[in-house]
Amino acid sequence: MSPRFSAVHLLVVFVVIVAAAPLLLSSFYVTLLNYIGLYALVSLGLVLLTGVGGLTSFGQAAFVGLGAYTTAALTGATVLPNWLAWMGGSPWLGLVAGLLLTLVVAVILGSLTLRLSGHYLPLGTIAWGISLYFLFGTMDTLGGHTGLTGIPPITIFGWVLDEGGEIFYLIWLFLFAGMLTTRNLLDSREGRAIRALNGGMVMAEAMGVNTARSRMVIFVIAALHAAASGWLYAHMQRFVNPTPFGLQVGIEYLFMAVVGGAGQVWGALVGASVITILKEWLQDLLPLVLGAIGNFEVIFFGLLMVLILHRAREGLWPHLTRLAPQRATARPIATTAEPLQRQVPPPAGEVILEARNVTRKFGGLVANDNMSLDVRAGEILALIGPNGAGKSTMFNQISGVDTPTSGEVLFRGKSIAGHASREIARLGMSRTFQHARLLPTMTVLDNVAIGAHLRGRSGVLPSAWRMDRAEEDRLMAEAARQIERVGLADQMFNEAGNLALGQQRILEIARSLASDPCLLLLDEPAAGLRWGEKQALAELLCKLRGEGMAILLVEHDMDFVMGLVDRIVVMDFGRKIAEGLPDEVQRHPAVLEAYLGDVE
Amino acid sequence: MDFQIALFLVQDGATNGAIYAMLALALVLVFSVTRVIFIPQGEFVAYGALTLASLQSGQIPGTLWLLVVVSTIAVLAELWRCWRNGLPIGLHGFGWLVGYPLILALLLWYLPLASLPAFVQVLVALAVVVPLGPLMYRLVYQPIAEASVLILLIVSVAIHVVLVGLGLLFFGAEGLRTAPFTDASFEMGPLLINGQQVWVILVSIGLIVGLWRFFSRTLYGKALRATAMNRTGARLMGFSPVFAGKLTFLLAAFIGTLSGVLIAPITTIYYDTGFLIGLKGFVAAIVGGLISFPIAAAGAVLVGLLESFASFYASAYKEVIVFTLIIPVLLWRSLTSHHIEEE
Repeated sequence: MSPRFSAVHLLVVFVVIVAAAPLLLSSFYVTLLNYIGLYALVSLGLVLLTGVGGLTSFGQAAFVGLGAYTTAALTGATVLPNWLAWMGGSPWLGLVAGLLLTLVVAVILGSLTLRLSGHYLPLGTIAWGISLYFLFGTMDTLGGHTGLTGIPPITIFGWVLDEGGEIFYLIWLFLFAGMLTTRNLLDSREGRAIRALNGGMVMAEAMGVNTARSRMVIFVIAALHAAASGWLYAHMQRFVNPTPFGLQVGIEYLFMAVVGGAGQVWGALVGASVITILKEWLQDLLPLVLGAIGNFEVIFFGLLMVLILHRAREGLWPHLTRLAPQRATARPIATTAEPLQRQVPPPAGEVILEARNVTRKFGGLVANDNMSLDVRAGEILALIGPNGAGKSTMFNQISGVDTPTSGEVLFRGKSIAGHASREIARLGMSRTFQHARLLPTMTVLDNVAIGAHLRGRSGVLPSAWRMDRAEEDRLMAEAARQIERVGLADQMFNEAGNLALGQQRILEIARSLASDPCLLLLDEPAAGLRWGEKQALAELLCKLRGEGMAILLVEHDMDFVMGLVDRIVVMDFGRKIAEGLPDEVQRHPAVLEAYLGDVE
Repeated sequence: MDFQIALFLVQDGATNGAIYAMLALALVLVFSVTRVIFIPQGEFVAYGALTLASLQSGQIPGTLWLLVVVSTIAVLAELWRCWRNGLPIGLHGFGWLVGYPLILALLLWYLPLASLPAFVQVLVALAVVVPLGPLMYRLVYQPIAEASVLILLIVSVAIHVVLVGLGLLFFGAEGLRTAPFTDASFEMGPLLINGQQVWVILVSIGLIVGLWRFFSRTLYGKALRATAMNRTGARLMGFSPVFAGKLTFLLAAFIGTLSGVLIAPITTIYYDTGFLIGLKGFVAAIVGGLISFPIAAAGAVLVGLLESFASFYASAYKEVIVFTLIIPVLLWRSLTSHHIEEE
């Protein structure tokens, strides 16, 4: 294929084909396409929620029902109570009301169930999925199991969408708008935070991301997509009953997302198409083969699911993209973008971190016993000690991962013990991890940009509609600057997971620097680095020190520490056994004993 | 509500609670040993009940054909494994996969099913349905035993969907009931106790005691407990996780099928009834955090009582109430259990 024929051309061709479909196809196929559009809209929400965010929901059908029943009750044949009568009649008011109601319900359910850890969340979605379904079926005002009828068609500027071929355009418009905004959102500041939810929550919190909020955001977005689909469905069918909103259908939506490729915007459309077309075909075929009537296609779908999860967990979409032309290269870095604002750094020599008599007990074990240390702006302090001395525990007390049993930690005069790590990040302290915590499938650039999360402010809606680009340019330029600073410029657009271990550690430093910190906490930064890389790292740290940065590092590598740092604190058995200049510490008898054993 | 109605509701709730308790035990067992959230547990209840009903009406149950097909696939999978790893191809080790379904099929073909004594019918139903458990583990879960809990859960849901579809194919959409084990009933004060309910409660108590003895007294039971606590450790001690998985699924399938056989005379069972019954076992199991047997059993009785009182006060909203209960329980569980991110 010629390079001129890019993904954009494919997209245009696709949109033209879709637009022409109702003119060329019989009403049977138009209806089929309508269903594909409706289902794809719901599974698009699941792509965001499950595929990207890692939160599995079997309850989406209930949100579809919420959207459908709201508009059905407001516009259908039901007589509304007086206080609601002003809302009756117009499908568009029905849409607004449905979305608002879904928003409220999703926030309530989300605040209850999103706090559930791990596998409890999907079980929770099964539970409320069933509850809402039974509620639709039992409430008399909603018509019980027979449902509601007399729902009017949607009217746009006098054009009545009462034919399948007419509402078709509205359905696919909604779907394309959803796909566009989801894609935009994922490629933004909020999107990076969302993509960090799946496996990178501890890291994201340390970079200042409010992960609880991000989880709620995608949960609500997924619910709203489902409700919009329900609204379209109600006005297409012109009646509703509880059946399409049960748990079985909720399970099918999840199947669609997984089959298509749960992490991919286009996967939603592929999955919905495959399942819907297969379903149509199997519903005709299976009763003939099996000689009985029933929903036997689910047997096939279930087995398909098992097979996909055994053999191709990423779904169909990645396999399809291999056939298509490669994606255009990443957006160029706007080097001319105005640099992000920096915080006023503390004057060199000012004490910015003070740990006072920090004690941490785990049951009977005293991991940190009355530890004190301080770090000044423009110096590098090393915390060393033999294995099991309590260095990492101390590191956790300072960085907000853990809370001291007693004692206090002051950062720039404020007590930070017991604060969430994202609040500490906001104050200008940034850390790296002993085992590099990266998002392996994201580029180096995107990984570093997460570090700059707190320096941007664009929210979900501006990101979805691309009104964040000026700020995004500045964030990306900053990320690129930090990557160049640490010497990873030639890896900028590679996937972070492809970097060597040493480079991953350097990437973590770049990510920390992107947050414009005045104190860097580095957890064994030299581990796994080659000699040349260590030299480069030492040079970088010296340069940062020269610029007034305070650095606290926990390290094992003595050669690396001795030539680099200004002062050393030595720990053993949870206590401080020595403190001072590298030369003094090296000769200190207690240190020699701790490292070499008793010299008698 | 007067005292007599309350007593009646308690009796009803306790019977259902006993069933939920057995299912909750199976769910806790499966989860703690294999990390699988066993959604298809309820389908074993339905299959057990409906298989027994088929036998009583003199028909060969569809589950027998399922057993034959699944065993055949398992044989092919074993042969494939031998071939791929260059092992000598023979039937050693899985000869029973070929022999057992064959013998069972022949037996069912020649036996006068409808006129067998009830006890034998129950045994036959167990013999047909229970082996599906370990076979399911072999084909579905064993290849992805190391996957995350979420992947295993989605697979469980997929298998649940498959089994419900097959249930409809085998047994039709009509609900079935089986003949009770006993027609006896006792009067206890104002209360009329039906013999079948006594059966349910006695068997579930027996099963719980039996499981308790199995786990505390036998080598296999202890090995399973060890696997639940530390998979790698148990493996290093020579206890195969594959065997542990199959054994666990055998027990779970047995418990599920037995529950189905027990309640079939009390409630009408449809092809998709199992799911709701299993889910209520779940509510109970989750009360026990998917870890603790005694708390799960207590939770089950609570769910049974809640359900029976809810059906008296607000019968239309019975299911809504029971399933909404799970949310505060889940919340409580996840707040009290320390969560470590799966990375």
